[in-house]
Amino acid sequence: MSIYSLYVINKSGGLIYNRPGMLNDRRRSGHSLHAIASQLSPVPGCTGIELLEADTFNLHCFQARAGSGGTLTGTKFLLVVDPHASFIPTLLQRIYELYSDYVLKNPFYETEQVIKCELFDENVELLIRRYTQQAT
Amino acid sequence: MLRGGPSGARNPPSLEQINAEVFTLTYGSIVRQLIADFEDIEEVNKQLEQMGYNMGIRLVDEFLAKAKISRCSSFRDTADVVAKQALPMFLNVSANVTNWSPDQTECSLVLTDNPLADFVELPEEYRELKYCNVLAGVVRGALEMVNMDVECRWVSDMLRGDDCYELRIKLKEHRDEKFPYKDDD
Repeated sequence: MSIYSLYVINKSGGLIYNRPGMLNDRRRSGHSLHAIASQLSPVPGCTGIELLEADTFNLHCFQARAGSGGTLTGTKFLLVVDPHASFIPTLLQRIYELYSDYVLKNPFYETEQVIKCELFDENVELLIRRYTQQAT
Repeated sequence: MLRGGPSGARNPPSLEQINAEVFTLTYGSIVRQLIADFEDIEEVNKQLEQMGYNMGIRLVDEFLAKAKISRCSSFRDTADVVAKQALPMFLNVSANVTNWSPDQTECSLVLTDNPLADFVELPEEYRELKYCNVLAGVVRGALEMVNMDVECRWVSDMLRGDDCYELRIKLKEHRDEKFPYKDDD
């Protein structure tokens, strides 16, 4: 079970964090996918993608969800994982907590800008390592 | 943010806590410094509100991440969440929501205890100072991030001789939740 990559997208659609740092043109895809999915969906009041399952990976998205306390502020967390990985929503919730601690509480972090916080990097790394160890 | 015993009906998630006096004294010296820097009380009120706003827009994510709340269906719910969950979580006090306007867009948060002002006696020359204005800013900033534009002002203040702290919140606009764009033409 492995975590392939993590993306954080700010509310205007810009990519502000990715791990491991492979910056490419997935930049705006998170929001676009979301916007398209919520319009295509036959379910009324659909709020976009939560989980996209593919043969080789699963894409989890953490964002405003009724009842589950996701982010209502428009920040999105995308996690691309192994199709067999489990407990991903919990992991995303933990990542959101780390973001609120190590990114937003850093007085020198400018909101909506690219995240360059070593403490956040370290803690995400630690969390993911612990998760993968636990899972295997 | 603050230490203290159990409070409120539902227990707020445990955050790392600090000594309440460190917090109160730090806030006091900030207010003092602002008065020294700006000399004009109106300007100090504005600065405090702005500082609170800047805190609020960041703090709201922490609240949403840790409080495990469900979605609010009305402004009434939101006011309750602020009074019964957010305030206990960050300040270890809870407030009562009262004085609803008939159209449900205006209400008051009433606090009888306010750790910000624990040792404060407001001198005569600073009577116009809204000592806790930072809180008004926090509430405005936090609600703005969840698409509610509100106006917050203190209508009673124990430091000025009233018998409670009353923060009046007025909902100006509830913006649509579509992020970030709808149909592009």
